[in-house]
Amino acid sequence: MNKTLYDKLWDMHAINPDDDAETLLYIDRHFLHEVTSPQAFEGIEKKGLAPWRLDANVATPDHNVSTQRGKNLDIHNSEHSLSKIQLIELDKNCKKFGVTQHDINSDKQGIVHVIGPELGLTLPGMTIVCGDSHTSTHGAFACLSMGIGTSEVEHVLATQTLRVRKLANMRISIVGAPKFWITPKDVILYIISKIGTAGGTGHAIEFAGDYIESLSMEGRMTICNMSIEAGAKVGLVAYDSVTESYIKERGNSQKLESSDAFDYWSQLHSDPHATFDKEIEIDISDLLPQVSWGTSPEMTIAFNGDIPKSSNSKKALSYMGLENEKNLLNIEFDKVFIGSCTNSRIEDLRAAAAAIKGRKKAASIKEVLIVPGSRSVQKQAEQEGLDIIFKEAGFSWRDPGCSMCLGMNEDKLAPYERCASTSNRNFEGRQGYLGRTHLVSPFVAGLVAIHGHLPSDLNEYNYER
Amino acid sequence: MNIIMKDKIIGIVAKIMIDNIDTDQIIPTEFLKSIKKFGFGEFLFDGWRYQRDGDLDTPVKERGLQKDFILNQQPFDKAKILLVGDNFGCGSSREHAVWALRDFGIEAVISTSFGDIFYNNCFKNSVLAIKLQSKDITKIESFIKHDPHQIIVSLVDKTIMAGKESITFNVEDSLINRIIHNQDDIDITMKDAQRIKDFEANHLAVKPWL
Repeated sequence: MNKTLYDKLWDMHAINPDDDAETLLYIDRHFLHEVTSPQAFEGIEKKGLAPWRLDANVATPDHNVSTQRGKNLDIHNSEHSLSKIQLIELDKNCKKFGVTQHDINSDKQGIVHVIGPELGLTLPGMTIVCGDSHTSTHGAFACLSMGIGTSEVEHVLATQTLRVRKLANMRISIVGAPKFWITPKDVILYIISKIGTAGGTGHAIEFAGDYIESLSMEGRMTICNMSIEAGAKVGLVAYDSVTESYIKERGNSQKLESSDAFDYWSQLHSDPHATFDKEIEIDISDLLPQVSWGTSPEMTIAFNGDIPKSSNSKKALSYMGLENEKNLLNIEFDKVFIGSCTNSRIEDLRAAAAAIKGRKKAASIKEVLIVPGSRSVQKQAEQEGLDIIFKEAGFSWRDPGCSMCLGMNEDKLAPYERCASTSNRNFEGRQGYLGRTHLVSPFVAGLVAIHGHLPSDLNEYNYER
Repeated sequence: MNIIMKDKIIGIVAKIMIDNIDTDQIIPTEFLKSIKKFGFGEFLFDGWRYQRDGDLDTPVKERGLQKDFILNQQPFDKAKILLVGDNFGCGSSREHAVWALRDFGIEAVISTSFGDIFYNNCFKNSVLAIKLQSKDITKIESFIKHDPHQIIVSLVDKTIMAGKESITFNVEDSLINRIIHNQDDIDITMKDAQRIKDFEANHLAVKPWL
């Protein structure tokens, strides 16, 4: 029988495959962070339970950490009292239950979806869950990974399983050779604008085609990361030699080589005649850099395109202050944010550095935040001298965390401020009350940082990255 | 024997027919700083409900109500049911969104479609998420047009009634039974503990790298 990659991963982890209603799915890896775990730990404690398989769980604080904390932060003496409580609570719970935590001062701390892969905690074929919708990121490694709510966090801690219903299968094949400036972020934004923010609801999306095969693991992570913005809580890419090389560089190679892990993983692809409930082909040959104009990720156009005007777009245009604009080329930006689990890895920082090419921040831009995804990314960037390029341009080089992607810590937009952001959501108020977010790639974010607005002609940026 | 803990919801319906209402709108990130599972009701739709932004420490009374927002108007400030646009609850997995609905007093949400993670979260907190086709959404709109803007949802019969009118809805038994019998997922799963242990032993033996 021909199976999709999702079918295979499902079958490998279904404990009660014959039950019609709900499947008990065995969970291999569970990531935890400070915002969605306290109530879950409290729940298992009240029931007198302990984590079912302790070493499946790994925690790190990311959503609500300061990005200006330096190296040795005493969480008991940090200033923001409410945020401090969540850090202390995570610390307390991890110690109490014995859960491994890469804490605020660890050189392994970072955004949970950045550190998982780089520490070799994300391995192909795993089921991975976390109380965060961007857990879909790990699907780049041919993992069945998805975001869950806090009740499910508690359920996974207590039972090592989830009670779930199988999703439908969808495949998006991406074909055509992209133009120079196109990054995986442009591609996924374009896909979301085409299929809509509910286009993948109820489905696991497998991303395939020549373009995906040509991408690095980091690029694949950016694509899978935003499958949730197309409604799909599961995004997937087949295992191949690119995956293998990444794992060999980072995982516990010796342990893996001595087992038959690599052989086992080689089956992690959809069979040639597998059938999908939905199939879509997207041609990116003529794609231009994408920019969101509204308050949903599907409200995205080419950087020089016309803003759609209809009764459906009225509310969003009013919120974004764009009722009288024909396109986005003349609008002035106030801030730039480069970071988030979508675009905070080393390749993203390199793309941003290449875009600015030694130039300075535009005078009209109040602040450019560069927030690396992890301590490891931060260190690597500093070794490559990227931090110097950013600092000399007048940007702010920060410590790792989710930062202005969700505006939970002090990194926020003020009301009506307009931001070019490499994050994943342009919802109302997402980056700060009444703040206006335009989703872009790290390359475009870099260009906005030095010009204060979008470029009108991309041809002068045809240099090598 | 499963005891019926809840068989119907009778209440006022508030209508917010905007598509793609994400969980950031249902409860903004600022309020996720709470480590509690309760107390989110007054922050439901916070950005739309008040004149100024707030945080957990600022009393909502000081922030002024947006008088044209439906949940600030009588009798909809007592609504138990929401009728909303397509793809309600998309975006972030924050269960706080469902806790905010529940704490406000919302017991059912009706839409053509929901964000997948939000939909699951609803049933873990006894909030009934009902998926209907557009034509049935239109019928509900006509049911609630006039005072008292009320419907009766029978969980056992899976029907929605108003006066002599009624429509049926579909929801998986395994989900709605959680609400009807007030069942806890962990209690249900723990009955299969031995099965999980057996599966795990084999799974980890075959894949020693896990």
